[in-house]
Amino acid sequence: MSTLAHVFEAAGIATVTLAATKSVVERMQPPRALFCEFPLGRPLGKPGDAEFQHDVLARAFAILDAETGPVLESHPQVIEADETPLTCALPPRFDPSLPPAVDEANGMRKAFDRALQRRGVTSVGRVVEPDGIPGALQILDDIANGVHWKEAGIPGSNTTALCHDIRTYYEEAALELVDGPPPGGRAAEAWYFESTQAGRTVMAARAAIKEQGAPHPAWFYMAPGHR
Amino acid sequence: MAGDVMMRGVGDSLPVPEFDAAAWVVPKQLANATVAIVTSAALHRSTDEGFQPGDTEYRLLPSDARDLVLGHWSPNFDRSGIAIDLNVVFPIDRLDELAAQGVIGAVAPRHASFAGNQPDDVATIRIDSGPRAAAELKADGVDIVLLTPV
Repeated sequence: MSTLAHVFEAAGIATVTLAATKSVVERMQPPRALFCEFPLGRPLGKPGDAEFQHDVLARAFAILDAETGPVLESHPQVIEADETPLTCALPPRFDPSLPPAVDEANGMRKAFDRALQRRGVTSVGRVVEPDGIPGALQILDDIANGVHWKEAGIPGSNTTALCHDIRTYYEEAALELVDGPPPGGRAAEAWYFESTQAGRTVMAARAAIKEQGAPHPAWFYMAPGHR
Repeated sequence: MAGDVMMRGVGDSLPVPEFDAAAWVVPKQLANATVAIVTSAALHRSTDEGFQPGDTEYRLLPSDARDLVLGHWSPNFDRSGIAIDLNVVFPIDRLDELAAQGVIGAVAPRHASFAGNQPDDVATIRIDSGPRAAAELKADGVDIVLLTPV
């Protein structure tokens, strides 16, 4: 972001940057920045809270009044990510002949469809469409149970994209199954990796792919780095 | 270790490019300015070509587009926020409200989206795709850009 701030400013457009990592913005010194210690992925802080988002914008735009720079200010509120798994009902076991994650993904489909209908768009589809999610989990279950990752038929031969599609399918569906205020940053991630059969299957496949000697990017980016 | 703590720690050790002669534009008065968003969330329209790993290009997002999907390749940030409310990354509705209130002059007709996970030297966005995107927004009459990361 700070690189683009310098580039756009050089092109004659005034910039103000919402900065997520203070050490980076301190070193790169974009012309004007507001450091916001909010969950990564939420630069405006609070989804569904227009008043708070306007507060962030007002503080950012106020920096445009500075006559000289660089200017780095901080938003006074810190919002930490919440790594407590959200409370979200999971479908009961329906077809015991299927691996648990495949059965579970089939059971999540109605919630996913409601999410898609409400939002009108989905970020699933990088290499697998929603119909292909159970099959994608079957592939990862095969890998976890000994099939070599190069022979498993990974769509697009891309584990990162495959895992993005599965995780997004689950997270978008989960948001249809929870009530109350929006969950904190990373609560959906924690639920996916710690509470669902899909998350466990991804982690088991990730460990197997690493064990099979795959290049680092092929397994590492299947899940967040701290997992 | 918590995910955000780890990722901010990674940022602490990231090499950063140097800008010897940083440019400084005296901003137009906000109430008369046309404002655009530039995000590094790799947002793109659902019908547009998605971002590839290491993609150094950008997508232009029409101001009325709401069919935006997440094209970023990193698994290391929260995605549920943007699934709940696009504005938490791309505050387009907030800009529309500020324009209606007269706080900003106008919302730009187009906005720009890059992928944040660039090659370490960021050479292409610095000397090629970044300046091209800036020129396109400049031609649209953009005076001020708000940059939003993920």
